[in-house]
Amino acid sequence: MFRIAKKDELPKWKVILVRFASILFGIFLSGLLIAVLGFDPFATFSALIIGAFGSANALTNTITIAIPLAITALGLAIAFRMKFWNIGGEGQIIMGCVFATFVSHNMPESTPGLVLILLMGAAGFLGGAIWAMIPGFFRVFSRTNETLFTLMMNYIALSIVQFLHYVLWRDPAAKGFPKIKAIQLQAHLPVLFGVHIGWIVALVLAVIVFLLIRKTKLGYEIRVVGESAPTANYAGMNVKKVMLTGVILSGGIVGLAGMVKLAGSVYTLSPAITGNAGFTAIVIAWLSGLSAPIILVVSVLIAALEQGAQVIQIKLNVPSAVAAIIQGMILMSALGGEFFLRYNIIRDKKKSKTLPPKEDSLKSVSDSSGDSILKGDA
Amino acid sequence: MISRHPGSHRDAAKCSKSQIWGYKMSDRIPTTPKLAFSMQGISKSFGSVHANDQIDFQVQQGEIHALLGENGSGKSTLMNILSGIYKPDAGTIEVNGEIRIFHAPKDSIACGIGMVYQHFMLAEPLTVAENIAAGSSGFFLNHKKESTAIRAFSEKFGMEIDPEKPVVQLSVSEKQTVAILKVLYHGAKILVLDEPTAVLTPQEIQKLFNVLRKMRENGCSVVFISHKLNEVMELCDRVTVLRKGKSIKTYNIADTDAHDLADKMVGRKVDLSIDRPMPCCEMDGCIRVENLTVKNAEGHMKLSDISFGLCQGEILGVAGLAGSGQKELCEAIAGIIPSEKGKIFFRGTEITGKSPREIIRMGVSMSFIPEDRLGMGLVASMDIADNILLKDYSFQKGPFLKTAEVRIKAEKIVKDLEINTPGIFHPVRKLSGGNIQKVILGREINLNPKLLITAYAVRGLDINSSYTIYNLLNEQKKKNVAILYIGEDLDVLLELCDRIMVLCAGEITGIVDARTVTKEDLGQMMSGTRLKELKGVGEYVSNS
Repeated sequence: MFRIAKKDELPKWKVILVRFASILFGIFLSGLLIAVLGFDPFATFSALIIGAFGSANALTNTITIAIPLAITALGLAIAFRMKFWNIGGEGQIIMGCVFATFVSHNMPESTPGLVLILLMGAAGFLGGAIWAMIPGFFRVFSRTNETLFTLMMNYIALSIVQFLHYVLWRDPAAKGFPKIKAIQLQAHLPVLFGVHIGWIVALVLAVIVFLLIRKTKLGYEIRVVGESAPTANYAGMNVKKVMLTGVILSGGIVGLAGMVKLAGSVYTLSPAITGNAGFTAIVIAWLSGLSAPIILVVSVLIAALEQGAQVIQIKLNVPSAVAAIIQGMILMSALGGEFFLRYNIIRDKKKSKTLPPKEDSLKSVSDSSGDSILKGDA
Repeated sequence: MISRHPGSHRDAAKCSKSQIWGYKMSDRIPTTPKLAFSMQGISKSFGSVHANDQIDFQVQQGEIHALLGENGSGKSTLMNILSGIYKPDAGTIEVNGEIRIFHAPKDSIACGIGMVYQHFMLAEPLTVAENIAAGSSGFFLNHKKESTAIRAFSEKFGMEIDPEKPVVQLSVSEKQTVAILKVLYHGAKILVLDEPTAVLTPQEIQKLFNVLRKMRENGCSVVFISHKLNEVMELCDRVTVLRKGKSIKTYNIADTDAHDLADKMVGRKVDLSIDRPMPCCEMDGCIRVENLTVKNAEGHMKLSDISFGLCQGEILGVAGLAGSGQKELCEAIAGIIPSEKGKIFFRGTEITGKSPREIIRMGVSMSFIPEDRLGMGLVASMDIADNILLKDYSFQKGPFLKTAEVRIKAEKIVKDLEINTPGIFHPVRKLSGGNIQKVILGREINLNPKLLITAYAVRGLDINSSYTIYNLLNEQKKKNVAILYIGEDLDVLLELCDRIMVLCAGEITGIVDARTVTKEDLGQMMSGTRLKELKGVGEYVSNS
């Protein structure tokens, strides 16, 4: 018989060790799968890593993928701090892009690039903020479930952009091909060190979000509201106002992520513009423990997986579905590792002869967390 | 039976089997009665906390055995092991002489062990009979038959209960009776009661004791978990004292007294009297509540037409059964919940309808400690400094937090109140109950309040911490702070407060002088008898 027992809180280095071990375990599992499918796991992984970090070009691609992921995750993290489950990243990204595109389409071509970019950024923020505020408003004032609401808002946003794509903003110059006109040329984000300056935006936002949460009154209120709304109320906070402000910030930053992706790398609004960033960023925010600096690191790692996956498909003919499975397995075991940070699995001593009661083996399971991960997962 | 004669053991070798048996029996019966159950060497740890450490606990058939210990001494863990909720890390449980391993509560129930928890776990809309019969074998329920059986059964133990009544209509005491009846009806021979008197009036406690004594006559064993010494002395036959997860000793009640037990429970000499300085009662009232009526979110009346005043430098105790409106009273004064009708004046200014923050700024400080202790008042995962910031930050100017001054304040509070923590950046959730309470009180006192509302300030605290809290409150009283003290333990209310206001079902049944009122009269008022209906209590009403 096994039973689950709560564990002491581990020291920081052990936590990091467990997280690292669980990611390794995920890599090991996906290696097995690759071998079963008839590919060489070592060649696959080395191709993946080289494809993601091996050359200047590869690194540029990885960072380009990481930028919108990081900004989105930073935005979502604010909402998650308040236990407002914003699953609407996709919709907020799309609306950020829609608003930014609208600005670009309606400004004269003589507008200076800097002005246009700033205006588009503001519009992107506004679009995302509105899209998050609607479910936020209903959550605060009529206690609707924000998880479902934000999720549904994604589909509305997707339908809107499809309508724009095929009907309203369809570019007549594209000769019957359904396509929205690209944004103005001077609105393209300038490139610094080989990557569009979205990376600076991400870095600055990370610092801002970190300071906001840790050092400002609003951030403090956000943390308290998230931990315990009754306590916040008791301390005289206006819980509704705090939550709505937080949600607007969260959605706005996510919308800005959309604008950065639009103006930085894709230049054209399309229904596929998010590239699932709104969902991937949820995972990133959680894996990072909602910490702004760690979000940057994790975003790059997740982006590396995506970028590397394309490379192994081209180089080794490993289907991209396999890459998706690798991603999924690593994420799964990383999240599964969280379980072992909190719980032990203890084997009960039984008098049956099939299980000789070995004190040492019992101890090793409960003592070393690395061990218990393998035993628990297997 | 053959009794033991002097010198008979010389012939023992020649005795027949039955003679040896008889010889042993006659020797054992008078000295060691049959054990109902025996727990030996029980250990259980949660992480690094050794909740139970090699505990031995034996209960005989037909005795009421007290399990005495402070909060955190391991009583509940031990009983959860007995009821099969937890599995011990080490140790054995014998029931009627057989070693048993409980994998789940049902194994424990099958051995005739019945638990009555503080929360009764009854289906409110169903009748008493349905609640009691739930879980019995058979597919269909024969209402009439069950009712008759239950009625007969309850009379056997001297309990008065109407099996046809829905549980929702019962009082707390009656619900407890149903919970006890339920486990007995399902064949329990060993009854474990977890702090059963905490929710009862003194009169109801006596009724419960009579029922328990009847059970003893019927050969049942009762484990009575408590930290109230006088109840243990009154009711029980034997007592086992636990301290810090270890079983200290088992006594016959006749061989010990309350002071000795208190010393054993705490581990050193304790003084059980509470200091009560005279109120400086300047006559200007600190707070005046007029005709306050409060409904909860569901529209149920929680407070109806409450009027009272509170002077500076006075401790006004609030007594009442759980859920009589204490929570709503605190929250209405603090501005957290709106009032339906009535007015609240604070130093002559009306504060009804003001926001919590405005009221805080006027100097009303509330340390409300709800049942889960961390639900309101503290943020569990934050550290001490951040929690002290909770009331301070809004006074700071600008959008940024000024953490430096809060750190100094936190250090001072930790030092002044002797909070046991590795540092001010330690999450409060990892502190012990007493230290958590000290953090809240320390923060509130540090705001230099004019009115301090404290609810259940010593709930779950050990004796030593409780007295620290009483001293803190008395210091505030000497500083002319008005204190509204919502309490549970009548003995403490009688010793600490200047006046006591009794709430029953959201109404005030009396406001009396704590120096003269008796516990019995308080009990009467708690169950709804109004002060003026009580005989000869005119002298309780103080002039203030």
